[in-house]
Parts: sequence; C-alpha cells; structure tokens
Amino acid sequence: MNTATIIAQEIPDIEKIRRDFPILDTKVNGRPLIYFDNAASTQKPWQVIKAIEHYYTNLNSNVHRGVHYLSQKATDAFEASRRKVASFINAEHDYEVIFTGGTTESINLVAHSFGKQFVKACDTIIISSLEHHSNIVPWQILCEEKNAQLKVIPINEKGELLMDAFKAMLDETVKLVSVNYVSNSLGTINPVREIIELAHSKNIPVMLDAAQAVQHMPVDVQELDVDFLVFSGHKLYGPTGIGVLYGKEKWLNQMPPYQGGGEMIKTVTFEKTTYNELPFKFEAGTPHIEGVICIGAAIDYINEIGLEKIDRYEHELLEYATEKLSEIEGIKFIGTADNKASVVSFNLENIHPYDVGVILDQFGIAVRTGHHCTQPLMDIFAIPGTVRASFAFYNTTVEIDIFVAGVKKAASMLG
Amino acid sequence: MTINEIQDELIEEFELFGDWMEKYENVIQMGKELPVIDVQYKKEENLIKGCQAKVWLHADYKDGKVLFMADSDAIITKGLVSMVIRVLSNHAPEEIVAADLYFVDRVGLREHLSMTRSNGLLSMIKQMKMYAMAIQSKVKAN
Ligand SMILES: Cc1ncc(COP(=O)(O)O)c(C=O)c1O
Repeated sequence: MNTATIIAQEIPDIEKIRRDFPILDTKVNGRPLIYFDNAASTQKPWQVIKAIEHYYTNLNSNVHRGVHYLSQKATDAFEASRRKVASFINAEHDYEVIFTGGTTESINLVAHSFGKQFVKACDTIIISSLEHHSNIVPWQILCEEKNAQLKVIPINEKGELLMDAFKAMLDETVKLVSVNYVSNSLGTINPVREIIELAHSKNIPVMLDAAQAVQHMPVDVQELDVDFLVFSGHKLYGPTGIGVLYGKEKWLNQMPPYQGGGEMIKTVTFEKTTYNELPFKFEAGTPHIEGVICIGAAIDYINEIGLEKIDRYEHELLEYATEKLSEIEGIKFIGTADNKASVVSFNLENIHPYDVGVILDQFGIAVRTGHHCTQPLMDIFAIPGTVRASFAFYNTTVEIDIFVAGVKKAASMLG
Repeated sequence: MTINEIQDELIEEFELFGDWMEKYENVIQMGKELPVIDVQYKKEENLIKGCQAKVWLHADYKDGKVLFMADSDAIITKGLVSMVIRVLSNHAPEEIVAADLYFVDRVGLREHLSMTRSNGLLSMIKQMKMYAMAIQSKVKAN
C-alpha cells in the first residue's frame, strides 16, 4: 500500500472537509489555489464564518455590562467560549483563560506583569534559539528595563534543543523559561515535558508559546503542569485579533494588571482603584467579543474532526512531502528534527528562497519564504531564509504532488 | 534614448512573451546578464534592506549624468533591478527625479512593487530618485 492510500483511509471525508473552507475554491492565475502557508494563518471553515455573521445579526452588544437581553446573551456566549477554550486545553479553572489580541499580546502581557512582579536586576530569563521574534523582543525589553539577562538554549544541526546545555543554564537567577512548543520555522516539536520537569525541579515556572501546537495535537495544561501557555485564534481556524493566555491561578493572582481601563476594576476612586478578579483583571476595555465567540466555534469544529485524527493525517502529509521533496537534486532541508509538526522548511542550492516563492506563486501555490520572524535562527544556519510549506488537514497528497512539480520547475528555471 | 523610450522598448520586448513562464525566464536572464557589481560597492551603506532579498545600489555622477550599479542576492529581484537600471541609469538627475516608471505595471510585473513583496525594489527606486534629487540640489547650489 502506498502512502496516498493510507492517507485516504485516515481522512475518508477529505472532500467534505475541503467543502467547509470556501476560500479553497480560489483560483490563482487560472489554477486552483494550493494553500501551504498554514503556519502563518489557517483558513476558516463555514462554521466559523457563519458564527461571525450570527454574532452580528443576533447577539451584538457589549458584554458583562448591561442588564438587558442582548447584553446577557452576548455575555453568555462570550463566557461559554471561555469554557470551551478552558476545556480544549484542559485548564482546571475557566478563569485561568485570559483573552488577548493574540500570541504576541499574551507574551507581552506575561513579560510585563510577571516581569514587574518577579524579575529584578541580575535575574535571568531563558528562551531558545528557535523562538519567534514575539518570544524574543518582549524579553529583551524587560531585561533591558530590569538589567536582567536573556539566555538562549542552543540547538543542534537538526534544529533540536540541546537539553544538556539547558539543564546547565538552570541556576537560581532564572525566573522564567519561555520556549515554543513547536517551532514555526522548522517544525521541531520541543521536549516540553522534560523542559517543564527540569525547570520545576528548580522551582522555575515555564511558559509555552503554543501558537504552532494547539492546531496540530491535543494539549493538556494540567498534564503538562505548564505555568503559562499562549496561542492565537487565527492559526487555529478561528478569527484574527484574538488570542489566549492560559496561566495558573497562583501566578495570575500575584501578577499586577497589564492595562488599566474598564472591566478590569472592582472599584475606582480618584485616590485608589481595586482590581477585578480573574480573568477580568487582565481584560481591560471592551474585548474582541466576536473573536472570542468565534474561537469557540473554531474549537467546536476542530473537536468534531478530532485532534488525534488531525495529528495523524498531518503527519502522513509531512512524511509524504518530505519523501517527495527529497528526490529533488540540490534540496537542503532546514530542520530535520526527529519529532516534527507538519512544516517543511528547505532551500535549493544556490537559489534564494524568495525566487522560489515567486515562481510557486505563479503556479497558485502559497508558501512562506523568508526568515519567518526568526532572524536569529536563520543566522545560526547562515541563510537569509527558507521556503516553508506548512500543511493543514484540508491539504492533500495531490496538492503536494503539484507543489513538488512546482519546486522542480522553479529549480530548473532559477538554477 | 529618453527614459520613456527605453520603457516603451522594454514593454515591446515583453509583449513577445506568451505566458508568465517565458516572462519570468526573461527576467531571470536579465538578472544573470546584469554586470557584476564591484565587491567594494557591496558594502553596508549601499544595502537597501528589503525584508527578504538584499539589494545593493551604488551611484556615480559623471558628465551631468547619474550612473547606477546594483546587485541582489535573489535572481528575480536582480532581473527587476536590471530593468530599472536600464531605464534610469545614464540620465540627467532632473529626468530621473521626474520619471514615471510605468513599465513595471505594463510588462505585468506590478505585483513586485507591492509592499508585501518586500523585495527591496520599491525602496531601490525611491533611493535612486533621492540620489538624483540630492545631486540636483548640489548642482543648483554650485
Ligand atoms: C511560534 C510563534 N509564536 C508567536 C507567533 C505570533 O503570533 P501572532 O502574530 O498571532 O501574535 C507566531 C506567529 O507567526 C508563531 O508562529
């Protein structure tokens, strides 16, 4: 049995699934769109698109404020979505789920509020070589402000974290470890259980940037015993502008608010304000109500298919693509970790990734080229960037075949 | 030839191509043919930072005309750069400042001027015009 037939058995309803995503019908230069830029943002199913419309046609009103009918309905839907997110990551309490604008804002919130409370001069924050700029820059800002230091876990040539080096970095100055669960540039799935265990053995909390994890595999914050976990709605088949910060109650309670405003207060006088309880302490102002409700719709959709099944199918796509691409002369994979999510990053010998992206675009194939917001990582590999194809469960082996043919054509045109 | 005559010539050349592949093959070819820029000019000050492809631009002013030399690490960008140089180089500063580069659109490569492409082409054109403008005001001041 070849790989394609195995895959067909895994997701027999692939055609039905594809019909859920109207944008997949797009034509580019007269060819069907092949969307392999899922790590940047995923497409949205009708179930999410309809939920947006439903919100504005039936529920629109401000939340947590009005006694009137609509406000209560909107608030109910809003809080139901918080429960869905909590159960999606198996948080112990709903109020440990804070809605933010995205992964970036979630990380900035923790850098600001955790940093303010717990980080002082000469302390250390640990990140890894694989981080997205959004898990680098907020810590640089914090470290500069506090005169603290940022340390970086090195990687091997396959793009895997060097755990011995990490272990050696864990001294009493370390206040937080913040690493990604899955690398957006290379697809490496990091040994997060081990990272958390090692850090916890020294009483150091851990934050996971799960922006590239929650859409690919089941994530259980209690089982991981992780202290903070962050992700974005738009990479999870939901809307843009909405993100999640999960934090253990004990940390969130000790952290000062991030922004001041409405919603986050209990009482305000000009002399003194007392803050609202969790989660509202960290949700100042009118939230992205439609975003919150529709991230719930996205989670419902994913749950219906099942993350275990998604994980298996995407893994088959990854193996199939890697195998087919390997046949191309002069291809060099960047990121060959043993444990990978459905991301293939590569370069063609003596060809700039940008050029490959331009040619693939002419074939209607959407990939990402460049540094993927991980410039320090590209510097480690001494490359300007990579061509990155990232797969979702609505992608198929047929699309991969067309993509591989496109890469071959690009290689012959550009070489 | 004037700037517009060169642009029209380029547009005519591109009309010969049947499909996008031939068009891009031509752009790539022009990239390969662009005279190699002297390494001394590939320095940090000459680097125009596009997000993805690097472009180096060097300019000289001789006998009332501005001469441009450029390079890029991406071959398609280099081809586009070579077209822009063919159009703008070896003209008086005031002609360069006033030039309306309509050829990019007309040869069907407009998408390369968009911000999201971040290939440095747009910044390069801006830089060329700024350079010409600087010379223009220097000449006037003298
Ligand atoms: C690993 C990782 N972290 C953080 C981010 C930033 O996410 P957002 O732009 O949604 O805030 C991304 C998105 O590209 C990512 O892949």
